[in-house]
Amino acid sequence: MSLDDLYREVILDHYRNPRNKRPLDGADIDLLHNNPLCGDEISVRVKVADGAVADAAFEGQGCSISQASASMLTEKIKGMKLDDLEDLVLEFRGMMAGKEGADDDALGDLVALKGVVKYPVRIKCAVLAWDTLQEGVETYRKGS
Amino acid sequence: MLDPTIVRKDFPIFERRVHGDKPLIYLDSANTSQKPRKVLDALTEFYERHNANIHRAVYQLAAESTEAYEGARTKLAKFLGAPEGSREIVFTKSCTEAINLVAYAWGRANLREGDEIVISEMEHHSNLIPWQIAAQMSGAKIVPFPITDEGLLDLDAMSRVITDRTKIVCVTGMSNVLGTINPVAEVAEAAHAMGALVLVDGAQRTPHLATNVAELGADFYAFTGHKMCGPTGSGGLWARAELLEAMPPFLGGGEMILEVWLDRATFNEIPHKFEAGTQPFAQMVGLGAAVDYLNELGMDAVRRHEVEMVGYALEKLSAIEGLTIHGPKDPEQRGGVVSFWLDDVHPHDLATIVDTEGVCVRAGHHCAQVLMRRLNVPATTRASFYVYNTNEDVDALVAAVGMARERMATELPF
Repeated sequence: MSLDDLYREVILDHYRNPRNKRPLDGADIDLLHNNPLCGDEISVRVKVADGAVADAAFEGQGCSISQASASMLTEKIKGMKLDDLEDLVLEFRGMMAGKEGADDDALGDLVALKGVVKYPVRIKCAVLAWDTLQEGVETYRKGS
Repeated sequence: MLDPTIVRKDFPIFERRVHGDKPLIYLDSANTSQKPRKVLDALTEFYERHNANIHRAVYQLAAESTEAYEGARTKLAKFLGAPEGSREIVFTKSCTEAINLVAYAWGRANLREGDEIVISEMEHHSNLIPWQIAAQMSGAKIVPFPITDEGLLDLDAMSRVITDRTKIVCVTGMSNVLGTINPVAEVAEAAHAMGALVLVDGAQRTPHLATNVAELGADFYAFTGHKMCGPTGSGGLWARAELLEAMPPFLGGGEMILEVWLDRATFNEIPHKFEAGTQPFAQMVGLGAAVDYLNELGMDAVRRHEVEMVGYALEKLSAIEGLTIHGPKDPEQRGGVVSFWLDDVHPHDLATIVDTEGVCVRAGHHCAQVLMRRLNVPATTRASFYVYNTNEDVDALVAAVGMARERMATELPF
């Protein structure tokens, strides 16, 4: 078990230079979640057009894993159909649960977070943004 | 003077290695302390030789276990300076349970709408949430006792927050985040002048400072065993006997009664009135052994060692660029706790990285979210010390912090 598995360069890059970390006016999905254990906070915001993600952003504070995960999430979901988001969330959760045979192609850069699985106490950090997204999408669907 | 390199030998856990072959640098005693051989032996001996439920059976074993359990109570009463001895010590499984006992039993009988409960901004959730519940049940109001930017109780605000509406003032003896040792006697004087009572959360204070509840001026003093070399599941409440006598019971059940009918009961004398159900009696015997152990070291020696260690840690840590230490600057004003914030490295990442060097620290909000907001930080990293820690442990922490910063702040060689 090496720290290099946890802190991959791509993760540190997203941590130091987070993508889409900004407000998003007129977001259709805007939800804040926190991890009461460590105080991490993530707001995930999504603009929806024609059943797809037109824009995605996040704000919040937390450790490198939670911030990088949120940053990668916003990059990944832009342009995706809402219907496909749920599959992606499932795929990501599967990887975090240590399931073999996760679809690396579907996950892309997110595969860098695989190392977190070896640090069970940090898994919550990685899935925080994804929990937020999932609940946000569910709430949006109920409302629309 | 206490020599931690000798004291460490009493703690078997330091024989183990972590992450391969790294020595264990345990800097999380404010979370839970390690256990000396004396306590582990007391537990083993109790289970191997004397185990029987207390206060219930007539055979020899039961008499021995009852004597061991009540003996532990006597030791605690002496250790805390209880004026009326062991009848003022109620055993509970934790400090949290002890505070809940007061909030429910005393609160139910004494709090009314319009009353005020004063709670300091540096309290652990265990000395806040029970009072929020008591306030909701009674209509009483919670009033914050502010702290200064340095992390001391703001005594200038005391006459404003403690008034004739105040029924109880709840304050920690020593902050689990800042290390601040609070001037309880001064607070108690102000509270008593207004006819209010004082509850002291002694979870952090008791393991580190000689305690005399009468000198502190406390009316209730809650403590836990597992932070003072004792087993988990051990702890209790000291309260003035007359308060305990007047309070209704907390938990109902076996052992806390005298006579029971289908629709009513009379209650046992104190402290047994508050000890319903089978107690963690073996653990309390272990706690008694922990008190013996601390008495052998001498609480004054424990304190001197910690002042020295904290002074060293403050000096070494404050030399790190971008590192902010929270809480009082003067080691005499704080216990063996140093919380800090390091620019560019989140506490969570810091704790994970230093762990790979065998260094155990706590990261997070430390069950003190109100205080975190007051300090305007999302979380801190906390190193806490006890009798077995050495200056070399601080050096190891400082080196590991350097490693963490290097990893998080610069490009990695891939």
